Amino acid sequence: MEYYFKTEKLSVGYHGCPLVEEIEFGINKGEILTLIGPNGAGKSTILKSIARQLELLGGAAYMENRDIAGFSKQQLSQRMSVVLTDKIRTELMTCEDVIETGRYPYTGRFGVLSKEDHRAVEEAMELVHVTELRDQDFSKISDGQRQRVMLAKGLCQEPDIIVLDEPTSYLDVKYKLEFLSILQELRKQKNITVIMSLHELDLAERVSDKILCINGKCVERFGTPEEIFEEGYISKLFHITSGTFDETTTGMELKAAEGSPKVFVIAGGGTGRRAFRYLQRACVPFATGILYENDLDYPVAKALAGSVIGAAAFEPVRDTLLDEAKKSIRSCEKVICTKAHFAALEKYNEQLLEYAKVCEKDIKIWQK
Amino acid sequence: MQKNRIRRGIVTLCLLLAGILVLLVLSVCIGSVNISLSDIGRSLCGKEIENARILWDIRMPRALAAIILGGALGLAGYLLQTFFHNPIAGPFVLGISSGAKMMVALLLVFFLERMKRISSWTMIAAAFAGAMLAMGVVLIISRRIESMSALVVSGIMIGYICSAITELVITFASDAQIVNLHNWSRGSFSGITWDNVRIMAEIIAVTGVIVFGLAKPLSAYQLGEAYARNLGVDIRLLRVALVMLSSILSACIVAFAGPISFVGIAVPHLVKRLLGSTRPIFMIPACFLGGSIFCLFCDLLARTLCAPTELSISTVTAIFGAPVVLWVMMKRNKDKVA
Repeated sequence: MEYYFKTEKLSVGYHGCPLVEEIEFGINKGEILTLIGPNGAGKSTILKSIARQLELLGGAAYMENRDIAGFSKQQLSQRMSVVLTDKIRTELMTCEDVIETGRYPYTGRFGVLSKEDHRAVEEAMELVHVTELRDQDFSKISDGQRQRVMLAKGLCQEPDIIVLDEPTSYLDVKYKLEFLSILQELRKQKNITVIMSLHELDLAERVSDKILCINGKCVERFGTPEEIFEEGYISKLFHITSGTFDETTTGMELKAAEGSPKVFVIAGGGTGRRAFRYLQRACVPFATGILYENDLDYPVAKALAGSVIGAAAFEPVRDTLLDEAKKSIRSCEKVICTKAHFAALEKYNEQLLEYAKVCEKDIKIWQK
Repeated sequence: MQKNRIRRGIVTLCLLLAGILVLLVLSVCIGSVNISLSDIGRSLCGKEIENARILWDIRMPRALAAIILGGALGLAGYLLQTFFHNPIAGPFVLGISSGAKMMVALLLVFFLERMKRISSWTMIAAAFAGAMLAMGVVLIISRRIESMSALVVSGIMIGYICSAITELVITFASDAQIVNLHNWSRGSFSGITWDNVRIMAEIIAVTGVIVFGLAKPLSAYQLGEAYARNLGVDIRLLRVALVMLSSILSACIVAFAGPISFVGIAVPHLVKRLLGSTRPIFMIPACFLGGSIFCLFCDLLARTLCAPTELSISTVTAIFGAPVVLWVMMKRNKDKVA
């Protein structure tokens, strides 16, 4: 099938110097495409080129099979709007004034807004929840509010495609979620196609239909979040060396403490994560076990512990594992237990605690 | 709220217009010979009055020139401030006036001997060439440096260079020409004829209408180039238009009245406050009217303050304009800190 928006051998960059080459992707109408990649990889450059802010250095981008270079300025402005990271300095302009500029492609010679234009402005403000900001001076609101006002401006332009460069960077967690919900809502209501760049990988995985991974000179991967968030890939894309990124949970952990384990943590069921991070902050290397591989504690333990004694999910814990854990306890100075009580099916950890007592280890019960 | 602001804009424009009328009447009444209002009324009705020549041949064209050229200055300042995204830009600080002045001085000194008279059009053409020259240099510099103050400093330097060349030319000119040049190069509305007024009115009217036609793209340009481009504005065309129009306006002013300082910088800031908004559709006419008022007022003072000696117009505009610039800079600094 034909894609709604696609690129062919697109090459982008500044002053004739290509930054990213051979960009190829295609998306359907109403899909959300997110560009991810390290700083300076060329995400913004690609977005600017797609939005015709920069000259293409090669190849072409097509909307409904029409080369976007062939659109007139007005045609393109009615079909594609942008929200950029550029700081804009305004003077004595209210937020409503700023949003109203979005109607530019539709107004007449002197830019006077019609009833229809005012309705579009009104609707956009409501959708993004900035109606109460309308009379405030645009230069005196917070960065996050500004970001939302600019989205409203982009929306009242009534585009088919909206291009957003790091739209969530200044937003707090509430507005991040709200912003992305609005994008999903837009897709549902108006079938708007979104092309954006995000730094928040966790959000990118959740909101995107397609993800484009850019790495220095080229597009490394293009696909659905399931395809992109394959184990180990993100760490490779971003060249993560200090710390880890877990593709399955999109959680990140700092670099584990080095050295042979000094503390053994008896954890499970999500009770151990805080203790692991506490130990990491205190630079204490530790070992932990026995954790089922589907335990909430397991990914964090994998990232932070010197050694993890893991058991295959839903299988009985074998004695060899128990012996391994006991050996590890013997080699540690201290034992931390994050469990208040042990449930019927985790008697193996209770045994470990008993064993630690027998070995006269310094035992600390850690709760909350 | 938006309606209120539109009302405020219209009221402001009306007030400015009324202000011009009042000052126009004052300008033609007051002087070394005072002319009464009733005399003016009678003269308007076609009756003979004692000082008809002073009224119609000297004061009236002079006042009209102040209105037209003052308006042009206000507009030129507004266009330059928009173009450079710089609140202290203006034809004078950026050296554009001085560039124009230099070319006109060269023209006068080298060609006055050969040709008996130089037409206003030739003067304007020379001034335009000078304005474009200075503008070109400023543009090249502005590409290299982003900083707002550095741009203004370079403009002032260009102004100094051009003034130095002008002085050099004047030094070697013959005596009769010096008198001419000296008065003019300080900036003054004196000696304006009806012929001059007609020509400047034609040029400024056409330019003004074109500028007003740019109100829409300018409103998008306020959000910066990237957003304006996304809204469908032809940025390159707009930038060329801004450069050309502000140069024509500056050239016209210099050709007729010499360089006049501070009006171009100060007026846009003052009318912005009056309007409570920066919508180009109001700013463009308001800057014109505001410039007119400013110049009429300053010219009136220049003529009367130390009568019978006449002050140069820039002496007076600087007194009122320079504090405005200081105020703008301090306000910006405060905003940055806050």
